[in-house]
Amino acid sequence: MSAAAITLSTVKGRRLAVLFDPVFNNNPIALQILGICSALAVTSNLRTSLVMSVALTLVTAFSNLFISLLRKQIPASIRMIVQMVIIASLVIVVDQILRAVAFDLARQLSVFVGLIITNCIVMGRAEAFAMQNPPLPAFLDGLGNGLGYSVLLIALGFIRELLGSGTLLGATILPSVAGGGWYIGNGLLLLPPSAFFLIGLFIWALRTWKPDQVEAPEFRLAPQVSGQEPEGEVH
Amino acid sequence: MRSHKEGPLSVLRVALLVSLVSSVVVAATAVGLQPMQQENRRRDREHQLLAIVGLDNDLLSDEQTSKLFRERIAPRLVDLETGDYLATPPGEAGFDPLTWEGARAAVNPAWSRRLTREEDIAGLQRRERYAVVYTLMQGEQVETLILPVRGYGLWSTLYGFLAIDADLNTVRGLRFYEHKETPGLGGEVDNPRWQAKWPGKRVFGEDGAVKLRVGKAGGAGSDENSRWRVDALAGATLTSDGVNAMIRFWLGPTGYGPYLQTLRQSGSAS
Repeated sequence: MSAAAITLSTVKGRRLAVLFDPVFNNNPIALQILGICSALAVTSNLRTSLVMSVALTLVTAFSNLFISLLRKQIPASIRMIVQMVIIASLVIVVDQILRAVAFDLARQLSVFVGLIITNCIVMGRAEAFAMQNPPLPAFLDGLGNGLGYSVLLIALGFIRELLGSGTLLGATILPSVAGGGWYIGNGLLLLPPSAFFLIGLFIWALRTWKPDQVEAPEFRLAPQVSGQEPEGEVH
Repeated sequence: MRSHKEGPLSVLRVALLVSLVSSVVVAATAVGLQPMQQENRRRDREHQLLAIVGLDNDLLSDEQTSKLFRERIAPRLVDLETGDYLATPPGEAGFDPLTWEGARAAVNPAWSRRLTREEDIAGLQRRERYAVVYTLMQGEQVETLILPVRGYGLWSTLYGFLAIDADLNTVRGLRFYEHKETPGLGGEVDNPRWQAKWPGKRVFGEDGAVKLRVGKAGGAGSDENSRWRVDALAGATLTSDGVNAMIRFWLGPTGYGPYLQTLRQSGSAS
């Protein structure tokens, strides 16, 4: 009985690991450096960041689920195309729903919801995880990677909107000079490059906290030794 | 070992089934959500039309916006060939001006014609014969004319409205309600600071031809001509050129030219 309990708890533990590992231990943006394009584009305010996070999380989770359900039927020769069809259909469904229930947000997100189709995170998880694992872990893996993406997006959206415009979700937090307050918004934070800097800082912080994420350098400078000094030259 | 699922028949079967199921799901979502999307678009159009003449207010509820719209703005159908008003397009009994889409009418051969290469500066290929224009009323007088315009930018057709005052020469504003230009570059057509450059510009020169253009300053007479020029968007040359061509097309003789002529002859825009 205790053996069964241990198996149960390890199964549960493994599922939790599948779900939460991508959040900090194996973050798709910070460690795998995927999905940067949309992370730069939609994070100038918190609201679009949130909507994009939900959209991508849903697409990744359900594409993983459906691909995993079909994994024994999908022939290897057309597996990428089948994955793309499933992902693209889900993205269109999400896009249509957004246009019906959140028209203004859908407009602000413009092409980026449609571009989830080409987001490497979705395709990567389908190919790397869903094709080899049963539906429930695959679903959790998709959810987890969506969460990993969301954590970064929401952090970016929070910082950029708060310091860029002095608002959060449109509500004034730091009254701006233009509105009679004291806060001078940092215009750079409203432009896409600022997300690059913030992602860089986030990666730095994360790798300081978890040093095992630091990549091995591709080359090292050879130490300078005295033997390398040119000898016998005329000075 | 080659498994059974790799055979050509099973490849075809999986491909067919996945495509079929996906297309049914996508089609069902699109059709099921269409009424809501249509309603959103209609509401957005009211919003845009009020915004372009400076009547939009974030404090108004959707119902109040609709009410204000009905009170102040009147849609009218225009025959672009003759420049006259019409009640309904020929052969269209259940005509609703608020859901009329010029681009959709332009693909119907009975309501449109193919543009020649010289005429087609905005990249439209076909132009509808019947267009819905909007008039902002001040009592019985027309205060502003709002003309739907569209044209090709870099990636997509831009759809928008151009508002001109009752003198038929002064721009009141330009706004786009749909486009797929690059966010941050061509997408800056939505930037309020760029949109603010439009009001007050003049359309026609002394010779009566369209003189308004989108471009950069410079050359002889640059300062005198600034009333007829809107600065192009930096980093978005093709989108700016598209907007330029769109303005010149729609205000020119193949666009609303005959209609504007009719209005001028009748002495007032009402």
